[in-house]
Amino acid sequence: MKSDKKKVIILLLVAAFIAVVPLFTLKGAEFGGSDDAGSVMISKIEGREYQPWFTPVLETFIDGELPGEVESLLFCVQTGIGVGIIAYNLGRLRERKRLLASAEAANDAD
Amino acid sequence: MKNNQKIIVTAVLAAAVIFGFGRTASAMHIMEGYLPPQLCISWGALSLPFLAAGFFSIKKTVSKDRRLMTILAMSGAFIFVISSLKIPSVTGSCSHMTGTGLGAILFGPLAVSILGIIVLIFQAVLLAHGGLTTLGANTFSMAIAGPFLSFAVYKVCQKCRLNRRISVFLAAMLGDIFTYCITSVQLALAYPSEQGGFLASAAKFLGVFAPTQLPLAIVEGILTVVIIISLESYARPELKILDFIKEGHAYEK
Repeated sequence: MKSDKKKVIILLLVAAFIAVVPLFTLKGAEFGGSDDAGSVMISKIEGREYQPWFTPVLETFIDGELPGEVESLLFCVQTGIGVGIIAYNLGRLRERKRLLASAEAANDAD
Repeated sequence: MKNNQKIIVTAVLAAAVIFGFGRTASAMHIMEGYLPPQLCISWGALSLPFLAAGFFSIKKTVSKDRRLMTILAMSGAFIFVISSLKIPSVTGSCSHMTGTGLGAILFGPLAVSILGIIVLIFQAVLLAHGGLTTLGANTFSMAIAGPFLSFAVYKVCQKCRLNRRISVFLAAMLGDIFTYCITSVQLALAYPSEQGGFLASAAKFLGVFAPTQLPLAIVEGILTVVIIISLESYARPELKILDFIKEGHAYEK
């Protein structure tokens, strides 16, 4: 059990390390990405600017692109929902294990 | 470990240089409106049977023991978290992971198709990320093909009596990479190169996606192992029902 705790911490550090390293090794890189990503490649292959034949529903509704800050807000909402569910349930399971163990101990004592 | 990482990072960097370093391009879902309508429909149609089977698979799992809902919800939530994190990669652009490996290993690939499409719809509608027209194609790559490979890799590793956590790592990592291989193939089918046709085009898309995705796939593998470790220590009864672990005492009802 103890060694598991250590392992988890080491693993998380390694994960963070991999994620952060490019920021320091590739100074000045854009780290842009997402949306122009494939489209750049497609234009290259097609040899001309590609016009998508359908615009995202939300962009049609608000008549323009989603502002960057709002987009990051929505991404945070997505992360938050996920983390909330995971953390709540892990906490529940942890307490369950503790209560079961103490109930068993009480049974043995009788 | 450190040395290993250095080797990996240099190898990926080398690959990035070969494939055209500094190009701002990263792998995500296929964007709205970027697939011709007939391909959108075909990929959607191809995904439908998996989704239907997935629905019944989830129903069966839950009816086996309602308590499994908790773990299922956590697997879904894991996809939510993991696929919302955009992480900088060695190619100088950002990409995100899929998070589908965990569910595939625990509940089988069919169940994940449902979990995955929920996330994809969320992102397509609210974030203009991916898209409704490309939903079928993205579902096929992220929620069907990737999980199926993860599941297969995990089973093979278990057959070879590999350490369980290493199996989980490999399964999640390869599933992540495979998702983007399929995305490349889908884009190549829609945009075959003038010289070389489909294969040349697929190689081009893969050349853009693979170097970006490789380090992220490793991170995904690590995070999946972390979740598995915590489930192993707190949710043994559920994992036993799922046949994920054999040892440990049975659940007391």
